[in-house]
Amino acid sequence: MKIIIIGDGKVGYSLAENLSNEDNDVVVIDKDPEALRKANEYLDVMCIKGNGLSTKVLIEAGVKEAQLLIAATASDEINMVCCLTAKKLGVERTIARIRDPEYADELNLLKDDLGLDMVFNPERAAAREISRMVRFPQAANIEIFARGRVEIVEIRISKGISIVGMKIREIAEKISSTILIGAVVRNDEIIIPNGDFRIEEDDILHIVGKPAIVSSFCRQIGIDNQKIKNVMIAGGGRIAYYLAKFLEETGIKAKIVEINEERCVELSELLPHTLIINGDGTDDTLLHSENLSEMGAFVALTDMDEENFMSALMAKQAGVQKVIAKINRNNYIGIIKSLGIESVINPSQIITNHILRYVRGMKNAQGSPIEALFRIIDGRAEAIEFTANESTDFLNIPLRDLKFKEGILVAVIVRKNDILIPHGNDMIKAGDSVILIVRGRKISDLNDIIASR
Amino acid sequence: MNIRLIIKNLSIVICIEALCMLFPFLIALIYGQNDAMAFLLSALITFCAGLLMLTTKVKTNNFYTRDGFAVVALSWIFVSVFGSLPFLLSGTIPSPVNAFFETVSGFSTTGATILDNVETLPRGIIFWRSFTQWMGGMGVLVLTAAVLPSAGASFYHVLKAESPGPNPEKLVPKIGQTAKILYSIYIVLTSFLVILLLIAGMPLYDALVHAFATAGTGGFSSKTLSIGAYGSVFIDVIITVFMFLFGINFTLYYHTLKGNFRSFFKNEEFRFYIGLVFASIIAITLNLVLNGFYSFGEGLRHSAFQVNSIISTTGYSTTDFNLWPVFSKFILVMLMFIGPSAGSTGGSVKCIRFLLLFKIIKRELAKIIHPRVVHTVMIAGKAVDETTLWGTMAFFFIYIIIFVISSLIVALDGKDLISSVTAVITSIGNIGPGLGIIGPMGNYSGFSDLSKIVLSFCMIAGRLEIMPLLVLFSPAAWKRASI
Repeated sequence: MKIIIIGDGKVGYSLAENLSNEDNDVVVIDKDPEALRKANEYLDVMCIKGNGLSTKVLIEAGVKEAQLLIAATASDEINMVCCLTAKKLGVERTIARIRDPEYADELNLLKDDLGLDMVFNPERAAAREISRMVRFPQAANIEIFARGRVEIVEIRISKGISIVGMKIREIAEKISSTILIGAVVRNDEIIIPNGDFRIEEDDILHIVGKPAIVSSFCRQIGIDNQKIKNVMIAGGGRIAYYLAKFLEETGIKAKIVEINEERCVELSELLPHTLIINGDGTDDTLLHSENLSEMGAFVALTDMDEENFMSALMAKQAGVQKVIAKINRNNYIGIIKSLGIESVINPSQIITNHILRYVRGMKNAQGSPIEALFRIIDGRAEAIEFTANESTDFLNIPLRDLKFKEGILVAVIVRKNDILIPHGNDMIKAGDSVILIVRGRKISDLNDIIASR
Repeated sequence: MNIRLIIKNLSIVICIEALCMLFPFLIALIYGQNDAMAFLLSALITFCAGLLMLTTKVKTNNFYTRDGFAVVALSWIFVSVFGSLPFLLSGTIPSPVNAFFETVSGFSTTGATILDNVETLPRGIIFWRSFTQWMGGMGVLVLTAAVLPSAGASFYHVLKAESPGPNPEKLVPKIGQTAKILYSIYIVLTSFLVILLLIAGMPLYDALVHAFATAGTGGFSSKTLSIGAYGSVFIDVIITVFMFLFGINFTLYYHTLKGNFRSFFKNEEFRFYIGLVFASIIAITLNLVLNGFYSFGEGLRHSAFQVNSIISTTGYSTTDFNLWPVFSKFILVMLMFIGPSAGSTGGSVKCIRFLLLFKIIKRELAKIIHPRVVHTVMIAGKAVDETTLWGTMAFFFIYIIIFVISSLIVALDGKDLISSVTAVITSIGNIGPGLGIIGPMGNYSGFSDLSKIVLSFCMIAGRLEIMPLLVLFSPAAWKRASI
């Protein structure tokens, strides 16, 4: 598929990287030759220096034959006009990054008039993700599938948890809850475990199941789940705004520490129920005087990765139960996780996941639609949700009679309101949502999972 | 440098070369001459060497520009070494240095030869000589990229090192796809040439040999007298036109195919190239006619052929231009330095670099007249960035330096000045014939082994535009922690 990306910033680069690795023809447009240089050297994409607003540049990039245009420049307005122009020039679909909260409310209006097929807001998506983490603090990460009926929860196994040293088969005997351990990360390697797999300390489990059951499972194995009642946010950017707004809705109290006074005033007008503190979010005396150690969660959201990392460590030391850091640079994430900050948020990664799902869905318009996609460790494994329909080749066949490709696990089948952790006798029926865990390959249609018969 | 990955990449190139040796093997079988065994054996040796290198275990996949440059430079050296096996094994060129020189001359599309009598060679060998020029023209590694199912992003570094011109352009987002398109255009143009030569009355075998050598702008022929041996106006005209066509940037053909005909005339380099060709033809024709060498028609025919042959760096000849007046000869020497467009199959400095150098000079002048002037160098309405400008100047300087040093070494042989200097100019410019004893009717067999090795180096350096070879020989690039 031919895709044009305007704007080679963090999000643009990450999209170009992932989309070109999935065998799409990607053209990147940016005004800054320095930004393009990296993409040109390390990615198999075509780079065009120029203004994405200019029809000449868009035509040079092949907008007429392109299926998708993604506008991800720093300016919402430019993104909108780019999409409008491109649509007029004949691109099939457009996606724009629009992140100003002021536009957020009129998005539906804008979408129709500008011919936008999808609008994304990395900050809002990141905030949504963080709020989910705050509500389920035991998990380092939570992804929802089947419209919230199924969750994949990432949990690190620490000392003293009752299942350390047990085989997965034994867990199933001892704790009778219908959950599935879908993938295990051990020493930076992804394993799709079978019944004989023995769980060790420091493994990171990806547990699949109904939200209520997953949380009761966590309780049973000895991971305490106290509800978080108050959150401290360092840095008052857009993510902080959205996060505070989401937290207000759920009744969790939030406190934002922001260094810029004007921004503080602005925030205090926008968020009447949130406490706004004017000060340096990395200043320990200030944070302690604001009762850092009493906080249920600490979220570091300043613009600097390094500051976020340091203040997160500080909070961890002060004994805050749940610490979340926003990190923009992908290569930092491994280091930070190794130092004990497990919950790391990368806005561009979240958006990349969303758009990859959209693109794969576009590619496979006739087949079974992709409902959700979540990537585990840099996309080396994926959890992906499809809806089975008439196009699926293997309906109503017991799973044991099917031969799946290697590295594929059918984790959950959701049929109406039933959540099935499938066994050999179960079968996939039309209308089911099927959640797969896939390692080492890219799946864009449900039929792709069957080894050639 | 990621030596393991470099070796792995080399192995693929060598395996592909081994497969290419099967074409001359078939030719040798068809004509039933004694060189068939030599090709089979060479292919086997080459393939085994390739397989052996393929077993290298790659530890990391880091691949940077320097690795790309090293892969290209090493590939060309290895391909030339293995490519000389058929000459050695068949006994047609018994001396290893001569065989290496002949193969490098082939792959680098130079067309300089050490053989005095081509007609006596077995047909398979002659075919192999031309075929190496066809592969070398578009590039051995571009061929690899076109053949491999998935050439990753790292292949851009390779393309950058192998494609002629300051800034190779991707035609489509995928590098593998770009290579496929380039080779498709190349194959289609070559096929056209074969068909036209057949219509003009050339036998099929000769048509193939000449089409391959013309497409690669190489200039190996199956006749000692080159194209002149046919004495046919029709053949002369066809080859003249196609030498001109293969000197054009292939990107322009792609844009034309996509329906953008005007791209030809919007392209400043193309206008420069075509203007230079016509001006040279007119100047030489007048010079020849006024000096009573030919009638006007004959003069036009020979000057058009020779001008296109030299500027496209092919090196075919229809007549012995060594006997022409000095003015005409000097124009040809000048054209040897300029060469065709970037992104073509030709060698030498390339029109685009001269165009840029002229514009830099213009800017320098403007800076003296208006010291605070801000002046952006533009090509076809697009700003050229400073790195490209600096790169162009550095390239031109190093080109001249290598020309001077090589001439110095070749001068040790004690040949006359014209022969020694033009030998280096045509080697580094990938042209083939020079003036004096290496004129269109002469050959390089008179030079010493040292000179032949230096000239071989010049040919590879010229084809790869020098930098890859310099990277290969720079110790800093190979240090584990290069500081």
